[in-house]
Amino acid sequence: MTHEVLEIDRVSKRYGEIVALQDMTFQVRAGELFGFVGSNGAGKTTTMRITLGVLAADSGEVRWGGLPITFQTRRRIGYLPEERGLYPKMKVLDQLVYLGELHGMSTNAAHRSAENWIARLGLRERRNDEVQKLSLGNQQRVQLAAALVHDPEVLVLDEPFSGLDPVAVDVMSQVLREQAAAGVPVMFSSHQLDLVERLCDRIGIVRNGQMVACGTVDELRAGAPPQLVVDAPDAPAGWANGLAGVTVVEQVGTRTVLELAGDADDQAVLRAAIATGPVREFSRSKPSLTELFRNVVTQEKTA
Amino acid sequence: MSSQGTSTHPARPVLLVARREFLNKVRSRSFVIGTVVIIAFLAGYVLLQTFLFDKSTTSTVGLTGQATVVAEQLKATAKAAGRTIDIKDVADPAAGEDQVRKGDLDALVTGASGALRVVVKNNLDDTLHSILDTVAQQQVLGGQLAEAGLDPRKVEQNMAQARPKVTMLEPKDEQHGERLAVGLIVAGLLYYSLLVYGMMVAQGVVEEKSSRVVEIMLATIRPWQLLLGKVIGLGAVGLLQLLIIGAGGIGLAVSTNVLDTTSLAGGALAAGVLWYLLGFFLYATIFAAVASLVSRQEDLQSVVTPITMAIVVAFVVGINLMIQDASGTAVTVLSMLPPFAPVLMPGRMALGVAPAWEVLLAVALALASIAAITWFGGRVYRNAVLRTGARVKLREVLR
Repeated sequence: MTHEVLEIDRVSKRYGEIVALQDMTFQVRAGELFGFVGSNGAGKTTTMRITLGVLAADSGEVRWGGLPITFQTRRRIGYLPEERGLYPKMKVLDQLVYLGELHGMSTNAAHRSAENWIARLGLRERRNDEVQKLSLGNQQRVQLAAALVHDPEVLVLDEPFSGLDPVAVDVMSQVLREQAAAGVPVMFSSHQLDLVERLCDRIGIVRNGQMVACGTVDELRAGAPPQLVVDAPDAPAGWANGLAGVTVVEQVGTRTVLELAGDADDQAVLRAAIATGPVREFSRSKPSLTELFRNVVTQEKTA
Repeated sequence: MSSQGTSTHPARPVLLVARREFLNKVRSRSFVIGTVVIIAFLAGYVLLQTFLFDKSTTSTVGLTGQATVVAEQLKATAKAAGRTIDIKDVADPAAGEDQVRKGDLDALVTGASGALRVVVKNNLDDTLHSILDTVAQQQVLGGQLAEAGLDPRKVEQNMAQARPKVTMLEPKDEQHGERLAVGLIVAGLLYYSLLVYGMMVAQGVVEEKSSRVVEIMLATIRPWQLLLGKVIGLGAVGLLQLLIIGAGGIGLAVSTNVLDTTSLAGGALAAGVLWYLLGFFLYATIFAAVASLVSRQEDLQSVVTPITMAIVVAFVVGINLMIQDASGTAVTVLSMLPPFAPVLMPGRMALGVAPAWEVLLAVALALASIAAITWFGGRVYRNAVLRTGARVKLREVLR
């Protein structure tokens, strides 16, 4: 094991009767973009707040480089909280310099770094505006700059993409990729699953305070049943019902997405489709993260 | 990767937070306006004092006809009574009455020396009345003494020397009025400073909570550093304002001769600064602690009311007791109890009625309370400041 790993090890947290986290365990490696997904209230924010030491865990440990995170190491983490975390009446540049200094930078170094991130995130014309006068998207850029200004060794970002326009999403994605490429473990949560799927090296799906699936998108798919996409324009609704080991996932227009149980015969499905008339498309598909995620949520309901 | 910031001195974040709070407030419009308004208010007070002072000690009296012979006697008697009288000779009673009506004369004296008549507009003030009485009596006495063959001047001299010897059990306080005024102003300023700057701490805490910036801050620095920095920064703003107002006030008072001694005012200012510091540290932590229980500015009023009430009661009750009798038992006891001491003790010190042991006891009690409250308030703050949403119950954070 390399030293540059952020380890969340069997962390548990209760709020009275409510279990927020139960033995939450995963790792974020150096240079890795880790996507953290889960329903609202699944425990993502709690996990991040415990990592930052803003919240104390009931049990379990968070380690960085093999050592439990202390107050001193925590200051080398860059944190972007879920909701706005800036002084509304402070100017953008002053705010970033202040945060840099609080993280232990000299005034000059904090100034250089703040100016650098202001330029990098397209905030130059806004640098002397009060934060409250900025659009939500620009405030989020300032928030990102606040997480990066002290040149952190670990990045923990709670919903960094919320409220961003497509251009800002691209800028944010680019910055996160660069940080990861520079060897920083980057962990972020998001509900934009297509984005997470595109961006992340590894993904963790959380449910009820527990990590239920964790790995690369391909690893997550490995556990999921294979899917078939069939485009049969003349097929009546419900044509695939009753085929052994086959469940209909969705029907969009003339296309039907089917899920096959382990031993189901896809050729039988093809024959059934041809029986309804012409077949324009017949392919095996990889389930998207959205579908994998939905599976997890469904399991949650049946469980 | 850089690894700076691993060994920062724990005082640095405190200073950084304090500097931000200080600059943020000192540059704000409310600070400048507040300071100017208070100085203007003090200036108005001082000018009013000067005006009343002048008016009450100088009277203009017109003399006409035979009455002009009492001019010297009138001046001498007035001087003995601590008054200045300007004498004007008036050609005839009718012209004099005109001048009285217009307010040019406070009184017009006419008639023969044995039967003086006084004309006033609508009110003859008591001191002037008794001065005129004395003059009239002396005129009559002088006439009768002359008739009896005695020299009125000789008798007058003898009478002037016949005085009882006065022994004072306590030294006379020539400056009581001034002291009371200074005491009240100091108490008022402290009342204002504690309320305004205590409230500023509370608002600052809630602002950090409602904007969630506290999460970022506490991921970087410890709660006590944030709290202490905030209290020091805002306390310094209050101190600066107090010094500006104090220096301005003393300057005004001395330049207009309302106060004879700068030492009195200087001493009061020094006591004011001491008690401001004690009072601010006493109250600021409580303000911060209760503010940390709520997440929105709208909810702040309900939790700070008990604290602001304590300061208001200290001021209102204390001021009333102090005006009646600053050495009374009630005000003496209250002025030594920590919640009231910061407002009352500097007032009593300015009045010169607080013996050293009372001051020292009050300071010691205040310091002990500050230690206890800082511990308690810091604990509440640390446990509550990251809890957002509904108001946090005190019981929960003390567990």
